[in-house]
Amino acid sequence: MTNIFIGVLGVIMIAAALIAIYQKSLLSAIVAAGVISLLASIIYILLAAPDVAMTEAAIGSGLTTIVFLYALNKIRKIKADK
Amino acid sequence: MVKKLFSLIILALLVIMLLPLMTDFAPFAELSRVAEKYVQKGPAEVGGQNLVTSVIVTYRGLDTLGEIAVLFIATAGIGFLLGKSSGKHKRSEASQLVNTGTAFLLPIILLFGVFIFLHGHLTPGGGFQGGVVIASGILLFVLANADSQISSNLLHWIEDLSGAFYVIIGLLGLILAGGFLDNSILPLGQFGKLISAGAIPLIYTLIGLKVGAELVGILNNMQRSQ
Repeated sequence: MTNIFIGVLGVIMIAAALIAIYQKSLLSAIVAAGVISLLASIIYILLAAPDVAMTEAAIGSGLTTIVFLYALNKIRKIKADK
Repeated sequence: MVKKLFSLIILALLVIMLLPLMTDFAPFAELSRVAEKYVQKGPAEVGGQNLVTSVIVTYRGLDTLGEIAVLFIATAGIGFLLGKSSGKHKRSEASQLVNTGTAFLLPIILLFGVFIFLHGHLTPGGGFQGGVVIASGILLFVLANADSQISSNLLHWIEDLSGAFYVIIGLLGLILAGGFLDNSILPLGQFGKLISAGAIPLIYTLIGLKVGAELVGILNNMQRSQ
């Protein structure tokens, strides 16, 4: 049962990764990259690694997404100034 | 065309390399020698209820110190690259949804972060995770209050002092107990209580403060350079 659930999560992660690569809108790509980390943290919990899951959820889907958003914002401003 | 063929070949090689990991995987029947020693002697020697987090800051304490140093270097690099703020920055007001949500959630998030690093030796988590949770709470605060400025002096002081005390605790272990970062410089106390496991809660508090201050520093730098 757990294996099936992990498999489903893995398929969704691959789909999110493809979205992150092929999506034209950078904002959606950043959010898709955050989703990958969030699903990975669920898999870590299912594999009985709560410590890693907490780190992955907080860093991968929280802070990294925010840092990317700041960077995106900055790029947009530089483009608007030109 | 050649490029595509090339990437397909590399992909196939990766599959050949990684597939055995999945098909041939069998759970370990017994622990390795080092792990067996940790499991057998850990609870008595270290005194932490959560063996994983206890091992990370005692037997593997030096590695953790190295990780903290890596994070520090990364923060310093980001601060150096982004440089000083351009001075003028106008920011739009946050929506009422963000404001209300922040007022409600901020105390809970900060409390949760402190809980995680104080209970580092009892429950999953530890200093790093607690610090990240605190940083995300403060990020929420910054998003809601656009005009607020976080004093980078304060952040530097928290970071420097907690880093220095971490090393001092390690050196005290060298003098008073068995080795660098030995946690038995303080009494081990009763197994499973909040104040137990020697210096582990202290070390995790310092790590939590340091990681939290460093990550807030990164976000602060990014926000200022906008």
